[in-house]
Amino acid sequence: MAAELVRGQNHPLSQDRLEIRISAGVPVVAGVALGDEHGTVHGREWVAHPGAPALSGVEVPRHAAAEHRVTVDLTGLPAAVHRVDVFLALPTGTAGPLRFGAVPAPHTAVCGLDGAEQVSYTVTGLNAESAVIALELYRRQGAWKVRAMGQGYADGLPALLADQGLHDTADDLATVIYEAAAHDPHHTAPVPPGEPSPRTATASATQPVPGRRAPSAPQTAQTASGPEQPSAPRTPTSPHTSPGSQAASAPPAASASEEISASGPAEPARPHGPQSPDGDGGSGLRHPAGPVDYTHPRRTRVTPSPPPPPVPSDADGQPARPVAGDAVGWSLEERLYNQIWGMFEDLARTTAAYRSAVEFADSRLEKELDQALADPRARLGGAVDAAREAALARRTQLADQARAALDRDLAQLTAEAEVVEPALPPAYARWDNPVWHAHRAPSEPPMALRLGDLHLPESVPLRIPLLVRMPLERGLWIDSGPAAAFDDPGPDSAEVRHLAVEVAVAVAARLLAVHPPGAFAVQVVDAAGAGARALLPLTQAGVLAAPPATGAAGVSQMLERLTRRVDLVQMALRNGAAEALPADVDTAQQLLIVNDFPHGFDERSVTRLRYLADEGPAVGVHLLLVADREDAAAYGPLLDPLWRSLLRLTPLPDDHLADPWIGHAWTYESSLVPAGSGILQEVLAEVVKARAKHW
Amino acid sequence: MSVNLSKGQAISLEKKDGATLTAVRMGLGWQAAKRRGLFGSRTREIDLDASAVLFADGQPTDVVFFRHLVSDDGSVRHTGDNLVGGVGQGGDDEAILVDLQRVPVHVDQIVFTVNSFTGQTFQEVQNAFCRLVDETNGQELARYTLAGGGEYTAQIMAKVHRAGASWTMTAIGAPANGRTFQDLMPAILPHL
Repeated sequence: MAAELVRGQNHPLSQDRLEIRISAGVPVVAGVALGDEHGTVHGREWVAHPGAPALSGVEVPRHAAAEHRVTVDLTGLPAAVHRVDVFLALPTGTAGPLRFGAVPAPHTAVCGLDGAEQVSYTVTGLNAESAVIALELYRRQGAWKVRAMGQGYADGLPALLADQGLHDTADDLATVIYEAAAHDPHHTAPVPPGEPSPRTATASATQPVPGRRAPSAPQTAQTASGPEQPSAPRTPTSPHTSPGSQAASAPPAASASEEISASGPAEPARPHGPQSPDGDGGSGLRHPAGPVDYTHPRRTRVTPSPPPPPVPSDADGQPARPVAGDAVGWSLEERLYNQIWGMFEDLARTTAAYRSAVEFADSRLEKELDQALADPRARLGGAVDAAREAALARRTQLADQARAALDRDLAQLTAEAEVVEPALPPAYARWDNPVWHAHRAPSEPPMALRLGDLHLPESVPLRIPLLVRMPLERGLWIDSGPAAAFDDPGPDSAEVRHLAVEVAVAVAARLLAVHPPGAFAVQVVDAAGAGARALLPLTQAGVLAAPPATGAAGVSQMLERLTRRVDLVQMALRNGAAEALPADVDTAQQLLIVNDFPHGFDERSVTRLRYLADEGPAVGVHLLLVADREDAAAYGPLLDPLWRSLLRLTPLPDDHLADPWIGHAWTYESSLVPAGSGILQEVLAEVVKARAKHW
Repeated sequence: MSVNLSKGQAISLEKKDGATLTAVRMGLGWQAAKRRGLFGSRTREIDLDASAVLFADGQPTDVVFFRHLVSDDGSVRHTGDNLVGGVGQGGDDEAILVDLQRVPVHVDQIVFTVNSFTGQTFQEVQNAFCRLVDETNGQELARYTLAGGGEYTAQIMAKVHRAGASWTMTAIGAPANGRTFQDLMPAILPHL
């Protein structure tokens, strides 16, 4: 399986003869710079470019094209070569765009000779750059590896080449490359990726090939109409040297509106937040002049966003720059999940180290002070003061050391969080994450769900997402009781209750959005209608299967229906006869939101609810209780097992969650939609739309 | 090149090139001694346990053993309990990994001990060794063989302690008696 790299990540190469496939939405110039073990390029004869397409072991296309195949034979490279940098540049002298930010993100793939993709990397996050080092193959202890670089240069090819060590000749060489690329005017149409080899296509192949659909429609349409042409001629004496033999399409003209004037042309690369995949039809959510979608149009899953500032490469010995998805797992989603739990554990442990050091320093201080005071003779004179001073200094020194160690770890974790947070898929992302814009219903259920954020007092700015595995094994209880602090008046109870329902709505909306259409349904019981205002987003969008159940009769009816579903599905599962379920049983997972429990509940309904809490999760019926435990005090200890079986969340930040390693009390903050944002409505509208399409 | 330590010998964990070690592994390996006579093929299972006790100024602050596999700060990790010892020779049966960089600042000594949980004395153990390995490259730094096992059920193997900015390892090799590290506390304290 091909490994999907993110910027900075590397991957071993198992084959020596490689083909690097590059596809960009517009014609680009591709080249290769060979470097020694320090990455220095010794002169222009170390650069393979359209003007000099073949070097020992390397061959690049001789024209600007939207699709390229660069062949590399690692065994054929000179022994002095330790790095092979594959770079792309936008051709000058044409009317085409001069910044990668205005074109679809180039996609690169390293394939074996059999065409099997080993590694792929989409160069996202480019903005004002007109040249970029996409991939680097490098030799490490005799073995070759590939690293996703994505190092862009706003000043184009000259700057890129100068950075490679060609200080004197960079400008010259860049001119030569641009000229050589422009020399042959006919454009190469994209080669379909499934095609066995470009070399089998003859020069006379003129049938138009359907182009890839890219966000910048006018450009791609033109490019795609060009005739097909092999993009990796084997020898310099290729038959394609005659210029103008196919005076095909002129270089594509970029419409002026394509240019984003938000940033100056010389601005350094700046990563954008992850953009979700863009549908073919262009979404209504995207602003017409908004940032170009950098994700690969053929990929349906959300791509990780590139980590922050492009640093050329991480030399060994330095602390590695954090990379999103830097953990084990089969999919990026799983890797991110494991990474976040790893960060959670690291933060828990590093804080434990800090706390134990400070605690030790304090106890030592106390002991030393006791000792100093224990000797009555020393009480006279300055001896005690001196001892106290010394003890205090020792305490301060140790506490400072501990703080320094904590700060070091926190800095590392913060840097990691900054990379990870923007890369999160919707199920893990905060509501202010751009991934929610242009959100599309997924085809698979998520692996886990973000319920909120966790932090410790020592690490206030650093928030760890609280991820729980899906399907939920326990129900959720959003505590609408008064805030724990007695002396702090805080919001009044009506407000807390409203907030609690809002949290429930945000959780329900997230669950709906991250499940495939029709695979998740939400039912609401709001016996007194007290939560109607907060439930508006759900009721207005029409995502509920039925209007919220009100009154004792409604409650009992709803619970009866769900109990029946649990019973039937259980029975069907036990007997392996899932297809025998009656047609009116909804096999989608169900979330039952109960507001104001136990209002409107009689004994029978309470028993049913407890049954659902116990038996439901195994057959896909989940409970989300919004309740103040005091309201149910009349039931006495009868309900204690119910409360204990639910995961308690609070609408206001509260430190009641313990981690599984040390048992710190973590402050939980619910994940709410930012005030004034319409993202919840947008996402829910999308859910309804997808569901309509699905049915 | 590993050093065969003798009792009380100390080695510095500073590397030759001046860099200090960042991660070390204390490996423990053993074999149950063959029984003589009838049913000799039935080897007795011996459960040795490696433990590490973290000390700050002579006060135990944390301990890593088979019931608490990771120190609270995450710097010391036990790879898991082995109940029977090695069948072959050479490999570590239990190991404790120490990330020296992440050890809390107040911890200045880490003492490694070996206990016989099942109560057999070291006379019944063969080929027992304790070794210190540089975890970053797998090189063995020091090896200490539990030669001439006597009538005791525990041994305080070695300690690593701060010496300025770096760490030093000292072989202790003191016999003691006890089932778990708690029983050894009085025996450990003189070696701090």
